Amino acid sequence: MTTIYNARKVITMNPARPEVSHVAVRDGRVLGAGSLEELGRWGDYELDERFSDKVLMPGLVEGHAHTMEGTLWRHTYCGFFDRMDPAGKTWPGLKSINAVLDRLSEVEATLESPDAPLPGWQLDPIYFDNQRVTRHDLDKVSSTRPIGVMHASGHIMNVNTRALELAGLLKPGLNHPGIPLGKDGLPEGELRGPDVMTPAGIHVGFDRDMLACDERGLRDFAKLCVRSGVTTVTDLASRLSDDAADMMLQVTGEKDYPARVVPLRFFHGLTPKELIDHATSLKARSTDRLRLGMIKVVADGSIQGFTARLRQPGYHNGAPNGMWYVAPEHLREIYDRALAAGLHVHTHTNGDEATQLAIETLEQALQKCPAPDHRFTLQHCQLADAAQFRKMSKLGMCVNLFANHHFYWGDEHYRLTVGPERAERMNACRTALANDLPMAIHSDAPITPLGPLFTAWCAVNRITSSGRVQGEYERIEVSDALYAITLGAAHTLKLDGEIGSIEAGKHADFAVLEDDPTSVGGDKLKDIRVWGTVQGGRIFEAARI
Amino acid sequence: MNLPVTIVGGYLGAGKTTLVNHLLRNANGARLAVLVNEFGELPIDEDLIEAQDDMMISIAGGCVCCSYGNDLTLAMLDMTRMQPRPDHVILEASGVAIPGAIAAAVSLLPDYGIDGVVVLADAESIRDRADDRYMGDTIERQLLDADIVVLNKTDLVSPDHLRQTKTWLEAQPGNARILDAVSGKVEPAVLLQAAFDREWKENTPGSHATGSFRTESLVIEHVVDVEQFARELTTTMPWLIRSKGFIKATDGVMKTLQIVGHRWTISDAPDGVAAGLVVIGPSETFDLEAVKSLAAASLTEALR
Ligand SMILES: [Zn+2]
Repeated sequence: MTTIYNARKVITMNPARPEVSHVAVRDGRVLGAGSLEELGRWGDYELDERFSDKVLMPGLVEGHAHTMEGTLWRHTYCGFFDRMDPAGKTWPGLKSINAVLDRLSEVEATLESPDAPLPGWQLDPIYFDNQRVTRHDLDKVSSTRPIGVMHASGHIMNVNTRALELAGLLKPGLNHPGIPLGKDGLPEGELRGPDVMTPAGIHVGFDRDMLACDERGLRDFAKLCVRSGVTTVTDLASRLSDDAADMMLQVTGEKDYPARVVPLRFFHGLTPKELIDHATSLKARSTDRLRLGMIKVVADGSIQGFTARLRQPGYHNGAPNGMWYVAPEHLREIYDRALAAGLHVHTHTNGDEATQLAIETLEQALQKCPAPDHRFTLQHCQLADAAQFRKMSKLGMCVNLFANHHFYWGDEHYRLTVGPERAERMNACRTALANDLPMAIHSDAPITPLGPLFTAWCAVNRITSSGRVQGEYERIEVSDALYAITLGAAHTLKLDGEIGSIEAGKHADFAVLEDDPTSVGGDKLKDIRVWGTVQGGRIFEAARI
Repeated sequence: MNLPVTIVGGYLGAGKTTLVNHLLRNANGARLAVLVNEFGELPIDEDLIEAQDDMMISIAGGCVCCSYGNDLTLAMLDMTRMQPRPDHVILEASGVAIPGAIAAAVSLLPDYGIDGVVVLADAESIRDRADDRYMGDTIERQLLDADIVVLNKTDLVSPDHLRQTKTWLEAQPGNARILDAVSGKVEPAVLLQAAFDREWKENTPGSHATGSFRTESLVIEHVVDVEQFARELTTTMPWLIRSKGFIKATDGVMKTLQIVGHRWTISDAPDGVAAGLVVIGPSETFDLEAVKSLAAASLTEALR
């Protein structure tokens, strides 16, 4: 059965016929994109006019997100910016600490069990002049139930007195850089770093495995995809135990599951050999909607946490260099074995020293095991300079830059972490493209909200949350940004032959938009209204999921 | 009583796994729980393994080895429920880990106390590692955090090379005690409180030697300013590797003093223990007279 959709405009991302009026779909695939007359030559069809006032473009591809956002929405949203939940409700951003406490109190009043925990997420005190939320503040919400609010960075948590008690941390004499003490010698309730968060986190309702996502979370996450026009999304990364893989196969296989999920196997806790064996066995279980077999390695920490590895001149505020999460020999063995096994590795590098290590390590591995079109990708790669992008291009690598980061924390990087010059070249999209480097841009949801059109806006405008343009030179054209969130991201996943453009033979994956991203102007990209998606020929309207 | 934790750090190839296996073989009946980042190729010598599943290896003599993957804190919290309770936890850090940061995190957990930080250094390669463009500062931080540096594989280098490496190690910042080793063979009683306690029970009082180490016990019956005494012991006796004692503080309360290298902790002593102090150090540099005169001086200090 062939269905032909007409639309106000179909943006194909196929340069040979960039804009058409109709697209024909059969068995979940694109039969063709063109005029009704051209498509009618395929024989009998049904003309579906529901999109006649909409703009269709290829389903958007998010190359770096975490499905755990789906589970986080069961906790109280405490972010500074408005954000839409899976059900479509927009939670207004909270502009003061009191507003955060008020929202927590509202939710607290609905809890039945007197000792049920109250977890919140996405707090970002940067926007409150870095004023700390103390345990005394949170005690006003409740002094009897444990409360914990995770920061947007995911690396800090504020808890109340009850949570400290349960964690055994309400005592004098603690001496830890991640636990600031009050005048009374007791912890203030701020816990910095995963080591310190975990003992309290398990009492305030944050799951033992923060990377894990359950069935409901995976379904909720897919709703966010529909609402943002995303039809293919990565999960970077998970441990993919047998149970987790079974669950993901089952949920994504459900008749109405609206997205293609690409989970990457996290490298930690396995030897390189075990890692390669596990990824290989996972790869064999792939389905259309669950693409298994890729690997994620983490080389360093984060820039705002001062744990990223920087080259000279280091951190702007004089902080010591960050931490390695992988040894060079270990990285080398993973690259060697992955190349030999034909597996695809994405490596998290934030600082430019970590980026340099990844580049040099891969160059050596490629000499041993040449692999044309390996597409090993650096994720975040926020501080890379022109020489590094040039080298990456020559080596056949790809990059996925964290364009959203610039909006949310660009001012902080300018002022504190790396200083003006390097802040202006962070996530240098233009330099990457100028060096012919295949490029995606990402949200790292839940760190920032899933929404590739917003991410495109960030890369086009480079405006920080205070309203400054930071790094004007690195801004890119709208057409380049739209490419990055479709074919560019698909390329980094080796899926560019299947998705990312609307062409004969590809999956019928469309973002259905109310506005035309090619004509609204770069400054309006973030305001484009998303009607929903078509995924594998199935129609998902955001208002009805 | 808190469960003592020894953190074993050091770069890849320095011999952490070999050292851990040596300790397991020579634990004197102490039940050791070993935590490793991953079950790599043979984290535990095959002949020691009694049973193994995904998460745990059971080892002869009631010891176990668990992998902690990416959440050490959770693994440690789980371990407090283990039956029977281990006597000592050995935490084998990854090659790039900063042991001081791990020690700080572990010391926050209820039921645990840091016994010491042991960092292995490969006598052949440690100086090259410390010069490495990427890893140099990590290696330096590891050495800085150490209470004890085990300079391993000393049999594989020339005497000249060894001497130069030791001079270099001694010049590094920090206060680590440096011990030579071949194939990670260091007396468990030197590295682990649990092994030391067992030995002490069997050999009080007096003096004895094991391998290249000497152990002396002395009786200190008078009251002592324990903090002052601990500070002096750790700063004026660079040869002293480990010490444990029950000492009466100036307020008359009996305290437990534990020392590993320059690290010392004071806690309330169990009921009914007899006053005394046991000191262990290399036979070559052991200075019993110095300890005795410090103890004597502490009497006058405390009375002043
Ligand atoms: Zn991420």
